[in-house]
Amino acid sequence: MELQVNGERHLVEVPADMPLLWVLRDMLDIKGPKFGCGVGACGACTVLINGVPTRTCVTAAADVDGEITTIEGLPDGERLHKVQEAWIKHEVPQCGYCQSGQILAAVALLEEVPQPTDADIDAVMTNLCRCGTYPRLRAAIHEAAGMEG
Amino acid sequence: MGKIAKYTRRGFLGLGLAAAGGLAVGYYYYKKPYPNPLPDTLAEGDFSFTPYVIIGSDNTITIITPRAEMGQGIHTTLAALVAEELGADMDQIATEHGPAAAAYYNGAMLKEGAPFPFFEDGFIAETARGAMGVLGKFLALQVTGGSSAAIDGFEKMREAGATARAVLLEAAAKRWGVDASGLTTERAEVINQSGGRLTYGDLASEAAKLTLAKPPALKDPSEWRILGKSQPRVELHEKVTGAAIYGIDVQLPDMLYATVAMSPRFGAKAKSADEAAAMAVPGVLNVVEIITTTGYGFGIIASNTWAAFEGARALALEWEAADYPADTTGLKALWNEALDKEASFTLGGEGDPEEAMLGAEVIEANYSLPYLAHTTMEPMNATAQFKDGKLDLWLGTQAPGIAAMATAKLLGIEPEDVNVITTRLGGGFGRRTEVDVPLYTAAIAAQTGGKPVKVTWSREEDIRHDTYRPMAEARLKATLKDGMPEALDYRVAAPSINKSVMRRSFPEFAERSNPDRSILDGSFDQPFSWPHSRFAAHQIDTDIPVGFWRSVGNSINGFVHESFLDELAAAGGQDPLAMRLSMMKDERHAPAREALKAVAAMANWGQALPEGVGQGIAHTLSFGTWVAEVVQVDMRGGAVKVEKIWAVADPGMVLDPANFEAQITSAIIYGLSAAIGQEITFDDGRVMQENFYDYDALRMAGVPPIEVALLENSPRMGGAGEPGTPPLAAALGNAIFAASGQRLRALPFGNEVEFDLG
Ligand code: FES
Ligand code: FES
Repeated sequence: MELQVNGERHLVEVPADMPLLWVLRDMLDIKGPKFGCGVGACGACTVLINGVPTRTCVTAAADVDGEITTIEGLPDGERLHKVQEAWIKHEVPQCGYCQSGQILAAVALLEEVPQPTDADIDAVMTNLCRCGTYPRLRAAIHEAAGMEG
Repeated sequence: MGKIAKYTRRGFLGLGLAAAGGLAVGYYYYKKPYPNPLPDTLAEGDFSFTPYVIIGSDNTITIITPRAEMGQGIHTTLAALVAEELGADMDQIATEHGPAAAAYYNGAMLKEGAPFPFFEDGFIAETARGAMGVLGKFLALQVTGGSSAAIDGFEKMREAGATARAVLLEAAAKRWGVDASGLTTERAEVINQSGGRLTYGDLASEAAKLTLAKPPALKDPSEWRILGKSQPRVELHEKVTGAAIYGIDVQLPDMLYATVAMSPRFGAKAKSADEAAAMAVPGVLNVVEIITTTGYGFGIIASNTWAAFEGARALALEWEAADYPADTTGLKALWNEALDKEASFTLGGEGDPEEAMLGAEVIEANYSLPYLAHTTMEPMNATAQFKDGKLDLWLGTQAPGIAAMATAKLLGIEPEDVNVITTRLGGGFGRRTEVDVPLYTAAIAAQTGGKPVKVTWSREEDIRHDTYRPMAEARLKATLKDGMPEALDYRVAAPSINKSVMRRSFPEFAERSNPDRSILDGSFDQPFSWPHSRFAAHQIDTDIPVGFWRSVGNSINGFVHESFLDELAAAGGQDPLAMRLSMMKDERHAPAREALKAVAAMANWGQALPEGVGQGIAHTLSFGTWVAEVVQVDMRGGAVKVEKIWAVADPGMVLDPANFEAQITSAIIYGLSAAIGQEITFDDGRVMQENFYDYDALRMAGVPPIEVALLENSPRMGGAGEPGTPPLAAALGNAIFAASGQRLRALPFGNEVEFDLG
């Protein structure tokens, strides 16, 4: 099967029901998407598929039709995405494990709602962070909303 | 290129290996030192100054930060301690975790294991603390835990920086033929009186040959440029670009993938396993048995992680029965039986509560706390290669030395033949001190014919095979005199964490482990004067593994003790804050009084609140940091809405304010998730919860605004990572009582009241 990841084409030979997460991590060595639960309950494995945040642990690779963007594909060359810049400015990450998923979820939110309210953020940002970075996550999303991008 | 090529991730990713070389000299340490582990690993042109500083001829400065970075910002703080004395700026340095080595022992962690309150500094308490620190050196525990890393590093890291600076000055003085006393440093350069400059890199090879006769003087805190100010964290860029390599991301040539299926009944062996069905799963290569001090089970080796998970499911394992009561009701009965019996030991206390209670009206309350899992965001995992009698182990660990000892014993090799490479940790919270993950990984690696293998646990396996925060049952009695607390009889039943940990890590010492003070931590050692008090531990022993859960025993007793004080305030018609303040009579309790007063001012404590809205207050001293918290809840909608949390923490000295604040906030949210909804229960001898759908934690919408302020009144430095957790559950329960009159004595509160999580 063929996958389009971060602008590159990959041909892989995998069982039809193999989740995209494990194809990316174990077959293509793309480690940005993280394994957290395997049941769609935490968001650590989030990637964008045609811009839509998708939990890859419950998405069969064979069902994917579209351009996949992982955290590795987010910067424009050396230039970080504004959401990543805002994350650094607010020192959001603690252990950092959930942050690839959080950042991609925030990127998708800002595409849809460029100036989100707290209620918008609460509704969309459902990814789990065991380090409890939520207050800084919220501040960084507001920051990114105010940035040129 | 990392400075310790052998150990860096670039090294193990095969992107480059540096030749070993360089000199290790100029090493001064005020106690008899362990050998500097760096020289063998240095690249050409690099020189080590103490086990903590490497300076390259190219003027690169690398600071070894030998503690686990799990998001608490410790690499930044440890590097800042060195940079301050070295005369370099934070933008000029890089950090590396460095190897597992005896030189990196953590003395501060064991110190607070002595059975005395933190503020007790009499001769016996100090001697006991000193002896515990020596034990840390003896065992060379390179452990990150007990919120102790910055305390342990406070002297060591500054001395390392000062030592390196002193020999660099000496080398420059020689070069210029002047006296070193006239030289200054700035941005990693030595400057002479006529404005001449030499870079540290330029001087490194000469300086590394020098030794110091006496320890260099350390700066007075008033001269600090870096410490005491918030520093940008050193590892942020890699954590927003997906470049950070956690244990689960390790990738090696020819690597196999595996998972484990361990007995869900602790201590029980397998009855049957359908190995043929597992082998029939496409991608499954082998099924191997695992027999260790931490559990029995199987490793499923495959060509990718998902195939290994599927293979584990197909095994359809059946297990023998466990030795403990099969369900939570039965376990609770066992705990209560222990409370009916004599205490195992008591700690602290004064007067004669039994006598004082005679004839008085006794207030009684029973409290219950469940087992809790850690659920680090990154599930348990490790990668290992066992070849030619040597084990390479890639592990996100809080205790590399212990992992090396345990795996060496299992494989019948020497600890020196185990090379532990510490990766980034996707959360620790105490879970990553344990030996189960390295043991199972080593057991599997012994059966792959020398090929490396990455072992990843499913989330279900992670939750069902944790080393849990102990379940506890407490029985309390107290009497009042003129409305003020007079006598307290405090009894708590819980298993010993120390014993459980020792059984897993050092079984030969387990039965000799001392009374475990963690059963009573957060009660007897709190800054209160009771005319009469007794604190008794009733120790339980089962095969259910218990371990260090963020703040350990303080999370149990912080809740019980501070909730009960609130009950006594209500019974005596006192304001909960005023009653606490008047019980904190001793001069040494002053930091607690100040923290409580400060948090009360922030929360506008005592203001008239609408019916159905309430504030609760609590204070716990743990890991040397005094933390007071106020929680405000709004129950007018029926459910409990946590509106806001205020916290004041006093660790004596704050090295990095923004980072400290982040740690307190993190610990509060960790405690709030547990207080609202988390519990591990048993049925059929096994843990009933298995994933985030039945063992969840708060998401964005459920977390209220949190305001944190820091004080520096305490006479000694305290920790950052854990002390925010203990007061939280009590402050929340006390707020619910203030809002509704309903007293909650069992965690999690979500079993009795509904929460509005947004
Ligand atoms: S790993 Fe996919 S949602 Fe948790
Ligand atoms: S930063 Fe650790 S889980 Fe979110």
